[in-house]
Amino acid sequence: MNTWIAIGVTVLGCYAVKLAGLLVPAGAMERPFVRRLAALLPVALLAALTAQQTFADGHALVLDARAAGLGAAAVALVLRAPFLLVVASAVVVTAGVRAVGAG
Amino acid sequence: MTADGTGKPDAAVVRDALGVGVAVGLSGFAFGVTSAGSGLGLLQTCALSLLVFTGASQFALVGALAAGGNPFTAAAGAFFLGVRNAFYGLRLSQVLALPRAVRPFAAQWVIDETTAVTLAQPTRRAARIGFTVTGLSLYLLWNLTTLLGALGAKAIGDTRAWGLDAAGPAVFLALLAPMLRTATERAVAGLAVLLGLALLPVLPAGVPVLVAALAAPVALFAEGRRGGRGTPEAADVPAAPPVPGGSEEDR
Repeated sequence: MNTWIAIGVTVLGCYAVKLAGLLVPAGAMERPFVRRLAALLPVALLAALTAQQTFADGHALVLDARAAGLGAAAVALVLRAPFLLVVASAVVVTAGVRAVGAG
Repeated sequence: MTADGTGKPDAAVVRDALGVGVAVGLSGFAFGVTSAGSGLGLLQTCALSLLVFTGASQFALVGALAAGGNPFTAAAGAFFLGVRNAFYGLRLSQVLALPRAVRPFAAQWVIDETTAVTLAQPTRRAARIGFTVTGLSLYLLWNLTTLLGALGAKAIGDTRAWGLDAAGPAVFLALLAPMLRTATERAVAGLAVLLGLALLPVLPAGVPVLVAALAAPVALFAEGRRGGRGTPEAADVPAAPPVPGGSEEDR
């Protein structure tokens, strides 16, 4: 039930902001501070989420195979690999490290 | 052919749009697997891709739920990630000039990838084609691969053994990388990582990410006090998607 509540709230919230952008007259959100904040919010959220989902195990911080996988993804990004290859490299390296029992 | 002879050929626009739509659409598979591995049912997983349809928010929501987060805290993190779409919509409504009746339907497709493709087009006709083709191909594929991923997760059993728990953070990293264009963005990312990890052991699941979001206003405030370094104009253009055809000059 809790999961459906979370899904419902997310569906409504995410659709509302998408629609708001198309309906609100230009100018209402055109203040430079608001625009800068909107651009920086995803940077902060994505960075925190990347770190947490790489190093968190419940409420504990751990260093396991996922860190190696994310390292591989970072290398792929530096090499300008396509999106799918970036994700695939993280998955394959994480699985590989676990397979040899290191993580 | 072009409509007016001056723009980009329609076929070239369709090709660019399909390149982005197909590449990113296929990664719905990773979402389906991750969501099922986080304990969401098939219907719940598919509902997210059909109705939320903004990847980062979807990954964030299932990650927060898997960590045992309160549903409203989990939804708040997903919502704040989705707020950027409102600013994309603002730009798109000027470029596309959609009739009011069409906007509620077009709204669902206002995401990173459609915005990046649409704003890169030289004419309104090309922009409309780019938006429609990217939106349609991405929506269809993302939902199809979500379904396949959710079904596949059951078949392959332990998703951790296959390293699939690394797919979510890799998607976040791939979305984040092209956004790190100036010192301000990098400072925000670094501060958010510190806050997110340091608060993880002491705050309820999902809350540390919301606190980490404060790195954005803090950095803006600091930037303002230093006299406005950075590139304000970059703020309203979405980062180029990390897919073939996406191009960003530095990293």
